[in-house]
Amino acid sequence: MRFEDVIGYGIRASSGYPTRTFLMILAMAIGVASVVMLTALGEGARRYVANEFTSLGANLLIVLPGRSETKGGPPPLLGETPRDLTLEDALSLTRSAAIHRVAPVTLGSAPVSWKHRDREVIVFGSTPAFFEIRDLSMAQGRSLPLGDPTRASAVCVLGYKLKKELFGNQSPLGAWIRIGDRRFQVTGVLAKKGQSLGHDMADVVIVPVASAQTLFNTSGLFRILVQAKGRDVVPRAKEAILGIVQERHEGEDDVTVITQDALLATFDKIFRTLTFSVAGIAGISLVVAGVLIMNVMLVAVSQRTAEIGLLKAVGAPGKQVLRLFLAESAMLSLTGAAFGLVVAFLGTWAAARVFPAFPLRVPLWALVMATGVALATGLAFGVLPARRASRLDPVQALSRR
Amino acid sequence: MIRLTDIQRMFEVGDEAVYALKHVDLMVEAGEYLSVMGPSGAGKSTLLNILGLLDRPDYGVYHLDGVNTTDLSSDEQALVRRDKIGFVFQFFHLVPRLTAAENVALPLVLGGVNPTERESRVQKALSILDLEARANHRPDQLSGGQRQRVAIARATIMRPQVILADEPTGNLDRSSGKEVIKILEDLNDKGMTLVMVTHDPGLGNRATRKIGIVDGQIVKDTARKDW
Repeated sequence: MRFEDVIGYGIRASSGYPTRTFLMILAMAIGVASVVMLTALGEGARRYVANEFTSLGANLLIVLPGRSETKGGPPPLLGETPRDLTLEDALSLTRSAAIHRVAPVTLGSAPVSWKHRDREVIVFGSTPAFFEIRDLSMAQGRSLPLGDPTRASAVCVLGYKLKKELFGNQSPLGAWIRIGDRRFQVTGVLAKKGQSLGHDMADVVIVPVASAQTLFNTSGLFRILVQAKGRDVVPRAKEAILGIVQERHEGEDDVTVITQDALLATFDKIFRTLTFSVAGIAGISLVVAGVLIMNVMLVAVSQRTAEIGLLKAVGAPGKQVLRLFLAESAMLSLTGAAFGLVVAFLGTWAAARVFPAFPLRVPLWALVMATGVALATGLAFGVLPARRASRLDPVQALSRR
Repeated sequence: MIRLTDIQRMFEVGDEAVYALKHVDLMVEAGEYLSVMGPSGAGKSTLLNILGLLDRPDYGVYHLDGVNTTDLSSDEQALVRRDKIGFVFQFFHLVPRLTAAENVALPLVLGGVNPTERESRVQKALSILDLEARANHRPDQLSGGQRQRVAIARATIMRPQVILADEPTGNLDRSSGKEVIKILEDLNDKGMTLVMVTHDPGLGNRATRKIGIVDGQIVKDTARKDW
């Protein structure tokens, strides 16, 4: 029997029973659409996080005071406080050849006011290197002054949103604002950049690190951002940091260095696992669709008993009957899968329009897998009905009216 | 052409064994016109099913065209059915969703004949049976006589050597019945072997050779002088 004729026969058989065909296609379409859409969501979440991390800056290492890794051995004594990271620690890191830039960061929150307007915002204390590492650009004016980072100077850079709220459309350059109990002169305004891992860089004020330390009355740093010279020297930079700090802290290994790659890899792994498990759960609906196909095909076989008897009488061998019925369920699953893909694409397209910031994309492997699994379940669950059809006794099949 | 030797077919009904056919021997030459008559349950249909390779005998040998068909696998038997045997049933057995032309083409489709040749053969078969105007009608749009003519066209489309007809007029009124018999007899005149099961003596007596079956045994055969 010619391949086109097998297909044609299947099409005629499917269109001859529109209700059952519709049900089978619907079940398969729902299954495939849910697999594809859920994986698109998972992939989207993963990409979103990855983008967030790269927006932190390239080849970034973050130095935190204290050890947060579990290492075995006796637990730390109660009340043990880690030694602070100091500005001198940060500055000494530039000794390493693997390190390109270092930005010490102090963080606090303080009321900021100009004339009668008053807001509580996050205050970053850092150096000009901070702007380069975090890839922040200026909308107006200059960033923090270069020069000795240990010298406190009364200048500040405003976030975009903060500038809008304090000054409206007036230029803030040269104006004196009050942060906490000190006065600072505005030298610049940050350009709009959007969210950056939890910190909205539009709603901050950035001052020299030494000024922030006096403002918050602390000698410690919140963290040190370090930019390595290249991607391949990141591990060397990490070792250099640990070595230098250990030397300065009298042999105590009391800082944690997080590399961006390690963070990214961890999140990547978490989101991949999440995507797979969500896809797996959605895959169950494909199996349910398969069971439905089996049921409906079994009904079809008993509905079409006389037809099967006739096919055998006019010379169809059992395996040909088997092939006809398998082809029919395969075609129905594939049609269902096609509809499911269309629905999934429409869905992701619509979702992308509603949430443009969320990078929804259907991964190719999800397409291939959903279609493959749909076809496989169609065939697997089609085998039982098809075998029943192929084994029908023609004499009995024809004797029934 | 057809040679049955000591054919037996037994069915189990409850725990009783019922013989549908007992020690049946039969020779049919090519081009013969046979009628098989007998009371219901005598084994007429079983005989026809065995001749048509739809059923296997429990015992005995069946040669068709010099081939021992009892040795063939059921898939090989299917191919013999396709190429050498045409069936005409009492209930027509047309596929309801297919048009008359598609029903006629079914054996060609199963045999993998290409569409252009298929079309011309179906066209020819339909025109011989005066069904051209009905080619695109589905069975439920046809009269009983037309349906049986479609079924005959389907049975003869592969140019078989044997036509097996099981009560071909059983579901038809008198005039379309006559018409159908006329068509079958014309086919026989052109050399096809025709075996027809009927319990209508008027029909059965038209055959050139008449066989009577009672209780699974041949009790009458006009070709044999001793009966």
